[in-house]
Amino acid sequence: MPWDRNQMAARAAKELRDGYYVNLGIGIPTLVANNIPAGMEVTLQSENGMLGIGPFPYDDEVDPDLINAGKQTISELPSSSYFDSAASFAMIRGGHIDLTVLGAMEVSEGGDIANWMIPGKMVKGMGGAMDLVAGVKKIIVVMEHVSKNGDPKFIPQCTLPLTGKNVVDMIVTDLCVFQRPDHDSPFRLVELAPEVTEEEVAAKTTARYEGLATPVRV
Amino acid sequence: MKKIYPDAAAALDGLLFDGMTICAGGFGLCGIPERLIDAIRDSGVKDLTVVSNNAGIDNEGLGKLLRTRQIRKMISSYVGENKEFERQYLAGELEVEFCPQGTLAERCRAGGAGIPGFYTKTGVGTIVAEGKEHKDFDGETYILERGIRADLSIVKGWRADEAGNLQFRKTTRNFNLPMATSGKLCVAEVEEIVPVGTLDPDCIHLPSIYAKRLILGAPYDKKIEFRTTRQREAA
Repeated sequence: MPWDRNQMAARAAKELRDGYYVNLGIGIPTLVANNIPAGMEVTLQSENGMLGIGPFPYDDEVDPDLINAGKQTISELPSSSYFDSAASFAMIRGGHIDLTVLGAMEVSEGGDIANWMIPGKMVKGMGGAMDLVAGVKKIIVVMEHVSKNGDPKFIPQCTLPLTGKNVVDMIVTDLCVFQRPDHDSPFRLVELAPEVTEEEVAAKTTARYEGLATPVRV
Repeated sequence: MKKIYPDAAAALDGLLFDGMTICAGGFGLCGIPERLIDAIRDSGVKDLTVVSNNAGIDNEGLGKLLRTRQIRKMISSYVGENKEFERQYLAGELEVEFCPQGTLAERCRAGGAGIPGFYTKTGVGTIVAEGKEHKDFDGETYILERGIRADLSIVKGWRADEAGNLQFRKTTRNFNLPMATSGKLCVAEVEEIVPVGTLDPDCIHLPSIYAKRLILGAPYDKKIEFRTTRQREAA
């Protein structure tokens, strides 16, 4: 049985470590915040200028001056701090953020990621994604294994305009997890979702990857 | 020198001209200079190049200037949630330069600091890098990005003193700070103006040298794009 959105986020959350500073993208990556292991201290950064994102506010605490990068209302923590956008991206581009979790439309076997535009159709812009993939130490992509049309999204070469070249370290899909130890190595299949087979993953993936002799089933 | 003006139109008097470049602070609808945007709309100035992280939403923020077709070109990182923008862009009526968010913030910071360009890894290997100088430092490839200098900056602060020192509240500091420095002249609107000596000099976010003209914009009806809350657990 494939993982649902929250299970995918929970799997990505297993990569968190005590003391990490983390930036989460919009969509499934945001759910990673609900899956931080108890007792682990993880500080979430919001690129619009905040360290230490608190939970969504209670109804009577909503403050229009306090939002996350997805423009949702949030709350602050006793440890929070605020800063401007240039300072925020100095953290990101300066390599001070340990981990980012992002969505993607396509990832290539060489670790390229495309998630910001579909020429002639979607013109929202890249926001902070290009800065994140260029500057953060570890890049995890969380995405559905295939598109709504059933087309593979982990493919030999991206067909859409890139967000970053050779930057992805790990891919969590609803079917499995691919990982690589460094940016010169190929991705390896390391985990399968319950009841998902290596054959199913192979049938829905056009990228080359290394199979594990005994993939971990979780 | 008196910095406080009676309203946005008075504060912008003599500063607006067709074809000018304006840096506008804010992130989404958070911390946007809405009184100054309204006054720019009412002035009828056109062919504007506007540097802003976002383009407002339909009928809010810079969306108002898109609706009246006063903007010729936007330099932005993210313009979702704005149908009129998308329509004008796809129809070729609006020129857009997409700029990564961190590069945009740094271009404004650099421009305001007298730095005409800088190298960054952001965008290497993407269409953002096309036509830009590439240079290797310590085995890594970087691209040259240019600092931005605008004719005018418009920003929104929380509190100002009469000297023009500004404080921002929570996540409203965002692009307001770098944008305030990148214009030849900065006009700020704030929620409260207090006498000099009221604000702790150790807690000034934007020193008075930047905001040359100031208006009290209150009262504000602040908009929220996505109101998200949680439930209190039953006691």
